[in-house]
Amino acid sequence: MKVLVAVKRVVDYNVKVRVRADETGIDLSGVKMSLNPFDEIAVEEAVRLKEKGLASEIIVVSIGDASCQESLRTALALGADRAIHVETSLETQPLGVAKTLKALVEKESPRLIILGKQAIDDDFNQTGQMLAGLLRWPQGTFISHLIRNGEEIEVTREVDGGLETLKMPLPAVVTTDLRLNEPRYATLPNIMKAKQKSLEVISAETLGVDLTPRLKTLKVVEPPPRKGGLMVANVDELLDKLQHEAKVI
Amino acid sequence: MPLLLIAEHDQSNLTASTLATLTAAKAFSAPVHVVVMGSSPEKAAEEAAFFKSVEKVWMIKDPRLAHPLAEDMTETLLDLAKGYDFILAPSTTFGKNLLPRLAALLDVALISDVIQIQDKNTFVRPIYAGNALATVTSNDPIKVITIRPTAFEKAQKGNSSAPFEACPFKESSSPLPIFVRMETSSSERPELTSASIVVSGGRGFQSKENFALLEALADKLGAAIGASRAAVDAGFVPNDYQVGQTGKAVAPTLYIAVGISGAIQHLAGMKDSKIIVAINKDPEAPIFQIADYGLVGDLFKILPELTAKIKKTA
Repeated sequence: MKVLVAVKRVVDYNVKVRVRADETGIDLSGVKMSLNPFDEIAVEEAVRLKEKGLASEIIVVSIGDASCQESLRTALALGADRAIHVETSLETQPLGVAKTLKALVEKESPRLIILGKQAIDDDFNQTGQMLAGLLRWPQGTFISHLIRNGEEIEVTREVDGGLETLKMPLPAVVTTDLRLNEPRYATLPNIMKAKQKSLEVISAETLGVDLTPRLKTLKVVEPPPRKGGLMVANVDELLDKLQHEAKVI
Repeated sequence: MPLLLIAEHDQSNLTASTLATLTAAKAFSAPVHVVVMGSSPEKAAEEAAFFKSVEKVWMIKDPRLAHPLAEDMTETLLDLAKGYDFILAPSTTFGKNLLPRLAALLDVALISDVIQIQDKNTFVRPIYAGNALATVTSNDPIKVITIRPTAFEKAQKGNSSAPFEACPFKESSSPLPIFVRMETSSSERPELTSASIVVSGGRGFQSKENFALLEALADKLGAAIGASRAAVDAGFVPNDYQVGQTGKAVAPTLYIAVGISGAIQHLAGMKDSKIIVAINKDPEAPIFQIADYGLVGDLFKILPELTAKIKKTA
C-alpha cells in the first residue's frame, strides 16, 4: 500500500510572529521555519505503518517555492521514501492545494493519504476534507488513532462532544490531530541518507492545476492588545476584585 | 440573494454555536434559510423556525442521519447549495468537517473561522493562532463560511414561525465510512464553549486526581472545565477539554487559568474572555501578561481556599 503525505513549511510554532508595519502580512525575515507540526505527525504515522509492514512506500509532497525542498528533506529524514516538489510562486490556498494533490493521486495511486488537520500559519483546516471531496473518497478528520485491517481502516476522531470512531474502506483521506503520535527526531545518519533519496520537481503548470488564490488578503493587523495585568496579593483581594470591580461573580 | 445556514443540533436542540451563527447571518441582510438534517430533526427544525430572521426551514429526515457523515451531508446539500449566495455553518468540529468538502465540490474557497463580517464580501479571521487578524475578500460566486461562535452573541428566540419544506436525503454513491461508536465525556457542567465561567487547569496540577480541586471550584461557580494542551497530553482530562489554537476557542465572562503557563497556542483559545484570572506559582509565567488579575502562589493551597471562600460570600 502506497501512502501519500503532504507537508507545509511554516513559521516555527515557538516563534512569536510580528505583523509587518505596512499591514500586508507577517514579517518572515530571519524567522525560523519548520515543518508544520501536524504534518510531522502525518509523516510519523506513515512511517509507523511502514515499520509494521502495513505500508509499502511513503511519498511526501510539498507545494510552493524552492524552500519547500527543505521540508521535504526533513520528511525524508524522518522515514519517507521519496519526495515530490510541486513548484509554484503563487500563494498556496487549500482548494488549489487539494486540486494539486488530486492530480498527483491520479498519477501515483496511493491507497491512503495522511495530511495534517491544519497548518499553524493560516489555520484553515480545510485541505484534507477538500481533497477527499474532490476524490469522493471517505474522510477521517482530526484523528487520534488509526488501525489498518486489510482493505479497511478504523479511525478515532477528536470531536467536540468526545471521541468518534469510524470504519472506512480504502482508499481514504485522514487528517491528524495532536495526539495521534509523538513524532521522532531525525537522526544524523538519517539526515545524511535523506540527501540520497529521490526528490522530483514538477511545475504546477505541467499538472494542469489552477493554483490561483481565491481569497485575497486586504490587510493583516495585530489583534487589540489586552491591557496589562494587576497582581493581587491573596485570595481575599482576588475575590474582592472579582465581586466589586469586575462584577463577574 | 438568500443565505443557507447549516444547523448543528443534537437531534433535539440547536447548539449554542448554531445560535451564534444565526446572529452572524444577520450581517448579510439576506433572507436566512436554515437546513436541519437528522434522523429526528423535527424539534430542532421547529426551534429554528422561531427565530425572527429565519424565513424558511429545510428539513431533511433520514435514519442514516442519526450519526451524520460529511460524505452523505455533502451529497445531500450539493444541489440545494447551488441556489444560495452564502452558506454558513459554525466553526465547530461539525462545520470544520463538512464545509470544506462541500466548498470543494462547489469549486469555491471556504473562508473559515470568521470573527467579523465587514460587508458581504469582506471578512476578518484570525491567523497564526490569533496573533494576527487577516481581512480577506473572495470573488467566488458562492461564499462558504464557517463562523467562530465565540465572536457572536447567541440569537434570541422570537415568536415567528417560518414555513417548513422537506428536502430529500441523498446517499453518497461512493464508499462510505461506517459509524462505530461515540464516546461522550458526560458532564453535568455547562458546555465549554458557551459557559459564562470557565475554570481551566494545566500541567501545574501534576496528576489526574488533583484535577478534583478544579472540579470543586467549577461546581461552586457553576463553571465549565477547560484545560491546556499539556494537561490533555498528560492524560489529566479528556481531549475535548482542550482550549487553544487546535482545541476549542472560548470567550466566557470569567476565565480562571490555574497552573497554566500561557503558551501562545493556549492564549489563542481564551484571550477574548472578558475577565481573565491567572493563578500560577511562577511569577514570570506569560499568562500574567494577559490576565486582568494575577495571583502568584501554590495552586494546591490557593484553590481550596478560593473554593471555600466563594461558598462563604455567595
